[in-house]
Amino acid sequence: MPPAVAATFAPGRRVALPTLPLRPVGLSLLLAVTFVAIPLTANDYWYNAILIPFLIMALAGLGLNLTMGYAGQASLGTGAFMAVGAYATYNLLLRLPELPLPVSLAGGGLIAGAVGLVVGLPSLRIKGFYLVAPTLAAQFLIEWVFNQVGWFSNYASSSAISAPRLVFLGHDLSSPAGRYALTLTSVTVVTVLAWRLVHSQTGRNWRAVRDGETAAAVIGVPVARAKLSAFFVGAAVSGVAGALWAFTYLGTVDARSFDLDRSFQAMFIIIIGGLGSLSGSFIGAAFIVLFPILLTHLSNAFLGGGLDGGQISNLQRILFGALIIGFLIKEPNGLIALLGRLRRPAR
Amino acid sequence: MADLILELSDVSLSFKGLKAINALSFSVERGEICALIGPNGAGKSSALNILNGVYRADSGHVAFDGQRLRSIRPGAAARLGIGRTFQHAALFTGLSVLDNVLAGLARYSRTSLIEHALGLPRDAAETRRFREAAEETLSFLELTPYRDRIVATLPYGIQKRVDLARALVARPTLLLLDEPMAGMNGEEKRAIARFIVAARDAFGTTVVLIEHDLGIVMRLSDHVVVLDYGRKVGDGPPDAVRNDPAVIAAYLGKPH
Amino acid sequence: MSFFFETLAGGLLAGVMYALVAIGFVLIYKASGVFNFAQGAMVLCAALTFVTLTERDVPFWLAGLITLAIMVTLAVAVERIVLRPLVNRSQITLFMATLGLSYVIEGGSQFVMGASVHELDLGLSDLPVAIGPIQLSSFDLVAALTAGALVLALWLFFERTRIGVSLRAVADDPQAALSIGIRLPVLWATVWAVAGFVALVAGLLWGARQGVQFSLTFVVLKALPVLIIGGFTSITGAIVGGLIVGAADALAEIYLGPLLGGSVSTWFAYALAVAFLLVRPAGLFGERAIERV
Repeated sequence: MPPAVAATFAPGRRVALPTLPLRPVGLSLLLAVTFVAIPLTANDYWYNAILIPFLIMALAGLGLNLTMGYAGQASLGTGAFMAVGAYATYNLLLRLPELPLPVSLAGGGLIAGAVGLVVGLPSLRIKGFYLVAPTLAAQFLIEWVFNQVGWFSNYASSSAISAPRLVFLGHDLSSPAGRYALTLTSVTVVTVLAWRLVHSQTGRNWRAVRDGETAAAVIGVPVARAKLSAFFVGAAVSGVAGALWAFTYLGTVDARSFDLDRSFQAMFIIIIGGLGSLSGSFIGAAFIVLFPILLTHLSNAFLGGGLDGGQISNLQRILFGALIIGFLIKEPNGLIALLGRLRRPAR
Repeated sequence: MADLILELSDVSLSFKGLKAINALSFSVERGEICALIGPNGAGKSSALNILNGVYRADSGHVAFDGQRLRSIRPGAAARLGIGRTFQHAALFTGLSVLDNVLAGLARYSRTSLIEHALGLPRDAAETRRFREAAEETLSFLELTPYRDRIVATLPYGIQKRVDLARALVARPTLLLLDEPMAGMNGEEKRAIARFIVAARDAFGTTVVLIEHDLGIVMRLSDHVVVLDYGRKVGDGPPDAVRNDPAVIAAYLGKPH
Repeated sequence: MSFFFETLAGGLLAGVMYALVAIGFVLIYKASGVFNFAQGAMVLCAALTFVTLTERDVPFWLAGLITLAIMVTLAVAVERIVLRPLVNRSQITLFMATLGLSYVIEGGSQFVMGASVHELDLGLSDLPVAIGPIQLSSFDLVAALTAGALVLALWLFFERTRIGVSLRAVADDPQAALSIGIRLPVLWATVWAVAGFVALVAGLLWGARQGVQFSLTFVVLKALPVLIIGGFTSITGAIVGGLIVGAADALAEIYLGPLLGGSVSTWFAYALAVAFLLVRPAGLFGERAIERV
């Protein structure tokens, strides 16, 4: 460090460090509701059909949001990273049963992160839209590998993997409430870590690369490290989501559960919720999970069940597609920006 | 013997066969303010881009602080202490003013991803140090009132000053300024000129700048290099350059 | 050895079809600056419309005309409603918009015309034809000839006519193109209409081969590697890229598939494309922009 800088870096007056966006009251309220009020009131339908998939898809979207929304590196490989997280966690649980559940889950995430890092390597040479190609390649190749190589699924038929008993510190977590608790705790921990990263030097470097790669390089932002860390962290987060999807949501999955449509879904979540916003990932996921349920209820109420499941899913495709286009044109920062504007009317 | 911080010898660059810079040689003394002037397309921006590795010269060489640089990459140039601002500010528009300035310190970061994620003490300490350095630069450039504004929402003149802050916060040895006063009114220009001189005096920064407003250039700089069609047509103290017939013919058009 | 050439020839025939689809992408890319993910959905929509009409005893020529009219209207509407408001936005934003668009078109087509698989009989026989020592399918041959003729016609149209010159000017510099009097709306409409036409032909040929069904939309996933290899801005590149992908896919499936224990066609073209990207980021015939700061 040149002497001039060292001098200015000498301890001086204290400055405030960044704090959580929610005021303490709001934050404790949120935690109280999710950890206490919901378990006291929710039934199995709410856990299985709404809360658990919502939390997991929010996490999957959050992973993509770190890579794409914060660091600006386009990825269509979210499904693949989820698959790696699921299969890796499965193998850790199966082959190293002495590891506690949280360690296996974290291990699965880290392995997914490592794969993400490799998939991100081409980003050092190619930019922008072209990154769709290597991430798509990974999406197809990884799905194929889990289908072809029996070892990953312990030679199960159709390469399906099933959750072993989910036990932590002697508690059986296999009930809907137990799976909810495991999901919520994992999602909370990962989100807090992601929040810290986003507001650190790492997160600043990500956003700098997103907003102007050449300028970032010229002022000395370590561009390559920023890109690769964004791929690593994003894939690791999506990997944890994939493991949860397999073990706390579905119970049994095969690689098809993590196909290109899953990647698209994650992308829709962050476009609708808000690119470059952690809370946007949650809002987008809530939207994606609730919207089909709402649509089914509406069709039953107004059309007397006149639409079969296939037609409803076609209708859903049309509406999702139209929403994506609408958001990109009118509100590129997603629902979170819309909500923010509602709360604070424009000055 | 002058203390040269920058020496270009016979540097050439072409795009698709078109010569942007043709056998350019000049040198800059430590602590001086050197202006590159010349009409549009004279190769001024390209010269800056070579100095910090955005472009790679076809031939010739550049010596910085006694060290020869031939094919340096932008990040490496920054680490050597070459700072830079951009013609169109090129700020990180989605970030606040403070975050933009903090990004200028990225290369001094010695903490890892894990420390950032877990908020370990070293990260907290570094964050505090960076924050202090950034605040100091903000107040030096009178930007403190804008600290938390998102850059995209600021007027152009302020953005240009944020660009300067982002480069200056890292205390570069050599600062390259690409039209730091473009699009500004007289008052704003005088303010920027004052900041440039203050930075040089306070931190000993050597400045190479591109500017079109000759009035400002002649008052601000110690040394002027004139380019025309990629060639050097004049080089010397402002007064000598102003009266050099070759420069007048090539660039100033008619004498005034 | 003749087995090798048979595989290669079969792959090249498929490659001609890829080239045809890829040209639709190149034209739109040059005019609107977007990789139009919805092109696959347009192929499905065209085939589904045509087959629905013929199943209701509309004669082929009339069904073709009606479908063409619908496709052209759809394509021009897409350009107006979706892409024009997004002018000057990043490429990835445009891409995501066409992704959303593909959902709308796929959902819409199936909502109106159903999701079941339709047979489409164009009256082409599928008999083995011997060319020297090589056996080829007569259907593939006719399909490839049709596609090849169209490819050639499009190549001539966009390389040799005024509109082709305009297109190149727009791809190079839209501002400058405007200032020399190129009427962008006309150009956009033309290009998108041609893309609709290409989708129709591709939908018919492919639909007749594998049935008119949802999987027709996967055409788009084959076109991306073709464009990366050939370059997004070159019609010649699309042709060469299509042939390379077609041949490489067929050969890999036969020779690499058994080694790896399964079908490799889902990812092989992408692995190839990534390799090309790393070596030649602009593709074989693409142009690379100079970085500016």
